[in-house]
Amino acid sequence: MNFLKPIMAHSPVLLIIAVFVAVPLFVTNMYHLQVLVFIGIYAILALSLNLLNGYVGLLSIGHAAFYAIGAYTSAKLTIDLQLPWVLALAGAGAVAGGFGYLIAKPTLRLSGIYMTLATLGFNMILFLVLQNWMSFTNGPLGIMDIPPPSIFGTVLGSRLQYYYLILILVLLTVFSMHRLMACRFGRALTAIRENELAAEATGVDTTRYKIQAFVLAAGYAGIAGSFYAHFVKYISPDSFTINESFILLAMLAFGGQGNLLGPVVGAAALILIPEVFRPLQEYRMFVYGGILIAMMLVRRQGLFGGRCYRLRLTRFDPPSARVYQRGDKFLPEG
Amino acid sequence: MALLQIEEITKEFGGLKALHAVSLHLDEGEIVSLIGPNGAGKTTLFNCITGTTPPDRGSVRFNGEEIVGRPPHEVARRGISRTFQHIRVFGQMSVLENVMVGWDFRGRTGIFTALLRPPRVGREEAENRKRCLEVLSLFGERLLPRLNQPARELSYANRRRLEIARALVSGPRLILLDEPTAGMNPHETQQVVDLIRMICERGHSVLVIEHKMKVVMTVSDRIVVLDHGEKIAEGPPAAIAADPTVIEAYMGGRRRAQAD
Repeated sequence: MNFLKPIMAHSPVLLIIAVFVAVPLFVTNMYHLQVLVFIGIYAILALSLNLLNGYVGLLSIGHAAFYAIGAYTSAKLTIDLQLPWVLALAGAGAVAGGFGYLIAKPTLRLSGIYMTLATLGFNMILFLVLQNWMSFTNGPLGIMDIPPPSIFGTVLGSRLQYYYLILILVLLTVFSMHRLMACRFGRALTAIRENELAAEATGVDTTRYKIQAFVLAAGYAGIAGSFYAHFVKYISPDSFTINESFILLAMLAFGGQGNLLGPVVGAAALILIPEVFRPLQEYRMFVYGGILIAMMLVRRQGLFGGRCYRLRLTRFDPPSARVYQRGDKFLPEG
Repeated sequence: MALLQIEEITKEFGGLKALHAVSLHLDEGEIVSLIGPNGAGKTTLFNCITGTTPPDRGSVRFNGEEIVGRPPHEVARRGISRTFQHIRVFGQMSVLENVMVGWDFRGRTGIFTALLRPPRVGREEAENRKRCLEVLSLFGERLLPRLNQPARELSYANRRRLEIARALVSGPRLILLDEPTAGMNPHETQQVVDLIRMICERGHSVLVIEHKMKVVMTVSDRIVVLDHGEKIAEGPPAAIAADPTVIEAYMGGRRRAQAD
């Protein structure tokens, strides 16, 4: 029965995954599925921004730039170079990550608000480039007829297939981020957020870690961009304005940052609120703003901000790990 | 050869000379105290050694190697770790995680190995944990029962202990303690004295800034006195206690002399 223990320990996670896999059994409305897909896209974006704003404590307010780079790269690769979508997805992540490096390398020398302004500036510049570089990006007209994703020759076209695809991408994002955060890398990032000077003095190479985090965050955003391009099949600079960056920030503010649950909840909530209040027509933005303001008044750190959430059932852990977790009085032998 | 050799260090902030041509050395296995009135430049000297604020002139050689101009994390990697006067623990992280960060630069796990998790990642984490628990056990029952408590919930004294543990875990050759007994009661202060001795016995050399004379006199092999950014005296505790310039600058001048 020993092999069952890890499965039992992770049963809450498996249960949640099972629920999401089963969702299309109950949600058959195409519009509802589409909303769910958008929640998935924004969950990846919010999670990627959370790497910077939540874990490292860098305030980046131009994150939509990397989302745009991912979308345009992926569209260009599949249309102009006829690459299969899987390669374009990887390419989008890599190119966005590369741009992340180019931005991070010089701007991380800047501290605090100056770095923040640099990210904002990058977002604005990129928007203008997309808008005006007619020969490459087709300017404000955007890129049309982006092919749907295909995996090994199978073209994915239905809403249901998109749903499962984004579900897989979100799960991969959460899984990989969890792995990163639960070891040396995540500890160092959190230490930088908590006290950069102390982290540096303890031997943590803060600049290197910050650049790595920036590249990763940009890469994840690029992947979300690629999926978006092939889902909507049409991209234009208007989808990647500073507004988009601020929506991501609002998601983090609403859901809470510094863990992997808050951003997902924030993304879901801020996508759902305008949709749910659609009957109110133009007044729904009042509700949206009102809820955000109320949130800041009642719970400033966001719904799930400021702490870690574990979904492991610890009673299935090996005994020694349990002793550490309870913090029992004990001295290590030898 | 001295473990730490500081020569003619000068540091100015605007027109203020925080340090003026200060030289000192520290041998392997020594406990040296740095004392002086407030504003004498003690913490500035620490910052110059660790690279937090590099000196304007002068040299700092550690183990024969020049370390002026190196960023703090590289200085730490060469074997100098420190604590801070104003406690800087990682508040939201647990006690264990705080100490594990101290071992960070000894780790090999990068982004890709963290994602793929080959067995050595688990071994590294286990090794790190073991080292941390070993260091935390130096503090008896103070920190071990609180392994998973966030550091910000600890008492003041325990946060100081945690900083020391974090500085010790990477096995530095030299540890700089900036007022380790500040805000502690006499009993806790005595424990810190014992701890400093124990740190020394474990093979770390110690440079300590301290205000409590009882601590300084009992724990140090040698005392260096700073005043207005200049070194005014250096020697064994007994000689320093009798030195008239030190008494004048530090211990309260004439009144103290009359009282004796």
